[in-house]
Amino acid sequence: MTDYSLFLGCIVPNRYPGIESATKMVFNKLGVGLKDMLGASCCPAPGVVGSFSEETWLTVAARNLAIAEENHADVVTLCNGCFGTLFEANSTLKNEEEARKAVNMFLSKTGKRYKGSVEVHHFAKLIYEKHLDQVKQLGGQSLTGVKIAVHYGCHLLRPRTLKKIDNPEKPGFVDELVHSLGAESVDYRDKHMCCGAGGGVRSSNLEVALDMTREKLENIRASQADCILNVCAFCHLQFDRGQRELAEKMGLEYNIPVVHLSQLLGLAFGLNPRLLGLQAHAISTQPFLRKLAEVSSR
Amino acid sequence: MPDPVQEGRSETDETVFGEIVSRGRNLLKCIQCGACTGSCPSGRRTQLRVRRLMEKVLMGFEDMLNSDDLWLCTTCYVCFDRCPRDAQPTSVMKRLRNIAVRKGFMKPAHQKVARLFCETGHLVPINDEVKAVRKSLGLSELPPTVHSHPESLKELQILLDVTGFRRLIG
Repeated sequence: MTDYSLFLGCIVPNRYPGIESATKMVFNKLGVGLKDMLGASCCPAPGVVGSFSEETWLTVAARNLAIAEENHADVVTLCNGCFGTLFEANSTLKNEEEARKAVNMFLSKTGKRYKGSVEVHHFAKLIYEKHLDQVKQLGGQSLTGVKIAVHYGCHLLRPRTLKKIDNPEKPGFVDELVHSLGAESVDYRDKHMCCGAGGGVRSSNLEVALDMTREKLENIRASQADCILNVCAFCHLQFDRGQRELAEKMGLEYNIPVVHLSQLLGLAFGLNPRLLGLQAHAISTQPFLRKLAEVSSR
Repeated sequence: MPDPVQEGRSETDETVFGEIVSRGRNLLKCIQCGACTGSCPSGRRTQLRVRRLMEKVLMGFEDMLNSDDLWLCTTCYVCFDRCPRDAQPTSVMKRLRNIAVRKGFMKPAHQKVARLFCETGHLVPINDEVKAVRKSLGLSELPPTVHSHPESLKELQILLDVTGFRRLIG
């Protein structure tokens, strides 16, 4: 079985470590080995560091990719931002000799070298493509009766011609993963709209970021979903902490549990919710766990 | 009277127009249809008008560099994917931001996160609360990233120096 280099980024290990433990346990159940990327840094964030200096962005991304190359194992990411950066940087560096030379000149100061010997995967797509049958086997139909609002996020699918993963106007593979566990993936208005966090907007214009999140939350609430399911640590943070911020700043209460796909798979596989970090969210996931208990007792 | 369009639109790297076009000529395909503005989730609630920004760049204006508009884009790439001419507005936006930062127009909040990145190697570094959560989940208190490897952080900082990032962000 192939091993992968697990790229953690920032938000997973430093804000939602439950996603890290859930991923490790879920991949273990799937029989897939994960290698740590020792000494890796921020990817760096495409809309933040990439907005300040594309050259630095590409060089630091190349360093992270070089760590995976030393592991002799393709990269798997748990965040669309990390995926966006590492996938795009890898593609640029593989295809543009001049960029590769410039970056390797910088990397040589640290004894590292980018060779172009690994691929970059998003965990959701990887699981869908290679492990769907196992997911069905391990998860059974354990989520039957649960309504889930899927949020894909932006950098997983866009730019479309670069990522070539699914139709960003009407993607389907995460919904299919949800269905394979027996749950219903609900439709909601503007389902494929951005969560609002990216591009440095959360850090510099929080009220704008939150207004986008608010719009999504309104639409998700109208769908009566039991949780928001995401495949990106930054969207996860924006929906989870964003709900707390909307309550504090504007008195808007939604209380919709936010779950990362690694955590949902963990629950479907019967793993202990505490080890999936579900108790460490800003918005209580208890209503969702109660719903799961209720459907499983039927 | 000098024609401002011709004056500003010099294809040398010294102008905004020139720098963007020298990196890719897609901008020139823009027909000002407005699909970008119509698709923009940020523009629904802010003054950001992507079509207008594209127009300004095409006409040789540079007054957008110190405007807040540049920083209202979440880089969702919907305009990029929907543009019928493949003018790649999100890439134009990111290049405009790079130029703005180079010219010293950086938002204080962004300076703050950029400094965190330089100091710790993470835009979002660990804190004591999360260390405790990590422990309770059976994970190492510090992740196996630059946080556990000071020599790797030094390596990263060398790259931030040689690419001019530390000087750039001030």
